[in-house]
Amino acid sequence: MAEVSVRNVRLSYGKIQALKDVSLEVEEGSLFGIIGPDGAGKTSLFRIMTTLIVPDSGSAQVCGYDTVKDMMEIRRLVGYMPGHFSLYQDLTVEENLSLFASVFNTTVQENYSLVEDIYRQIEPFRKRRAGKLSGGMKQKLALCCAMIHRPRVLFLDEPTTGVDPVSRKEFWQMLSRLRAQGMTIIVSTPYMDEASLCDTVSLMKDGRFFKTDSPGAITEKFGKHLFEIKAGVSTVKALDGLAAIDGVQACYPFGDRLHIVSSSLSLAELSERAASAGYDISTLAECTPTVEDCFMDFDNNDYE
Amino acid sequence: MRQLKAFVKKEFLHVFRDTRTMLILFGMPVAQIILFGFAISTEVRNIDLAVVVPQSSEVTRRLTEKFDASEYFTVRKILRSTDGIERYFRDGSISMAVAFTPGFADEMLSPEGAGIQLITDGSNTNTARTAAGYATAVIKDALSEGTAAEAAGIQTDVRMLFNPQMRSSYNFVPGVMGLIIILICAMMTSIAIVREKETGTMEVLLVSPMRPQIIILSKMMPYMALSIVNYLTILLLSVTLLDIPLSGNFWSLTLLSLIYIVVSLALGLMISTRTRTQLAAMLGSGMVLMIPVVFLSGLLFPVESMPGFFRVLSGAVPARWYIEGVKKLMIEGLPAGMVAKEFAILSGMAVFLLAVSIKNFKLRLQ
Repeated sequence: MAEVSVRNVRLSYGKIQALKDVSLEVEEGSLFGIIGPDGAGKTSLFRIMTTLIVPDSGSAQVCGYDTVKDMMEIRRLVGYMPGHFSLYQDLTVEENLSLFASVFNTTVQENYSLVEDIYRQIEPFRKRRAGKLSGGMKQKLALCCAMIHRPRVLFLDEPTTGVDPVSRKEFWQMLSRLRAQGMTIIVSTPYMDEASLCDTVSLMKDGRFFKTDSPGAITEKFGKHLFEIKAGVSTVKALDGLAAIDGVQACYPFGDRLHIVSSSLSLAELSERAASAGYDISTLAECTPTVEDCFMDFDNNDYE
Repeated sequence: MRQLKAFVKKEFLHVFRDTRTMLILFGMPVAQIILFGFAISTEVRNIDLAVVVPQSSEVTRRLTEKFDASEYFTVRKILRSTDGIERYFRDGSISMAVAFTPGFADEMLSPEGAGIQLITDGSNTNTARTAAGYATAVIKDALSEGTAAEAAGIQTDVRMLFNPQMRSSYNFVPGVMGLIIILICAMMTSIAIVREKETGTMEVLLVSPMRPQIIILSKMMPYMALSIVNYLTILLLSVTLLDIPLSGNFWSLTLLSLIYIVVSLALGLMISTRTRTQLAAMLGSGMVLMIPVVFLSGLLFPVESMPGFFRVLSGAVPARWYIEGVKKLMIEGLPAGMVAKEFAILSGMAVFLLAVSIKNFKLRLQ
């Protein structure tokens, strides 16, 4: 039986439909990523799974308990880190951690081994008020507080938003270590590059999941040719120009390059057409798709 | 128990680390007592007076001196006639005039009697009436000393029970106690709970085994402690600085105040269950608490003279019962048994409000 399962959940705020028929299954001990832009409905889904919101229809189970009927059972078993910083800014690092330990009827000493890896990094600042920490430090403290009671399932809503790239990398390393200890983790993020670090990812947009699979399987099923080219100075002009080439489906910026998607053209054909359109094709090459490319591709087409 | 202890400690830390709010909380009662006790008072003093004496005599001289010697009046001008006297009222140099008739000394001995005209500034009716009353008293007082002429007339002898000097602070201290306790308890508790909603910490607390009763109980603790400190401060200031005697039993008064504190805390809690932002909580407690407390509790306007509808409404204002109880216990020195009604009503309100707010405490975000 799955540790977390959501079935046909719908939720609307007034006229706005936040979730349109969402379902998911998360296996015990896996790291599940929900990837989607802002406003996709990630936070609403988290709040339903953590018993904070009752869905309009559909149901959700966590650790075998129903989120509506057995609310208090679930609240004992899970750890939740909301998307915005939700610790007490006027309490110190130490005070926050021991408060949350007490809230869950445990002590910091009891479960110190669990948070040790992360807590060691913020320990030099343990006398500092939480409000005065840097973004990355805050998130590390929040993670410590969310798991000080050794939860069975850990819900992390955009834990790396607003965190510098180095801290983001560290954060994901911590998540892998936690999963290795058998904890089930559900994490949401707007950063596509983090998707490849999950066991399973769901791509989410406009209140709907349009793809749920392992990151490898998602990129394998891309099914089209993908090319990259260094655009030079006039990126915007090149973007329109390349997209207008016959046989090209989409062209979008990807880091310092442009990605070009085509289901029919080979590298040679594209080179020829781009060259005749007056582009410098010396950097044009075929490349392997990432989760972001898959997301962009779904974005450009209809849902499956 | 561990949850409760940790949570109460956290609440105290919140309060103690917010130095600005702390200063306001402890400074407010002191400032209010001093303001109401000394600066703001309904007593009328230092009335600038003009005396109109067309024809000077022994009697008019004596009366003028009496006015000047009184702590209520200061004689600013001695005039010959009342012509153009409005000018002095307008430029503010006087706010009252006492005019003798030209043949005052002789008329006094005639059977028709003598006349004195009191001219006051009617734009402030209350002050004018009080000032006229004082002036009449001064004149009567002066005349009864000198001649036997007044002896024939009826003398009224007014005795002010419990407050012989008619000090307005006797009325204000119970009112200020009622106001400050409800402000600190209700406003601060509601803001403290709503702050957790606004900053999102409530979201984390909800997804935990914490029972709402514990969250609520620990939120109340620091403000309860603060209010008790404030209650004692007000009492101490009233007795030492304003010379108001604590005529009744200290412990009955303290018990009544404790019950009132719980009522106020429960009110704050109820406001917090209905509002989402700290600003709304503040406005809510301002509207829901300040206005009824100031206008309907008997603090400014006596309940007995309110129109029927408002009198019924004032029955729902906890401050009204508390202020009445404090007056009975503190000023009149009645035994606790005489305040049984106030005790019963406030206790009932406390139980009802607590039950309603714990029931309405939202266990989810919706």
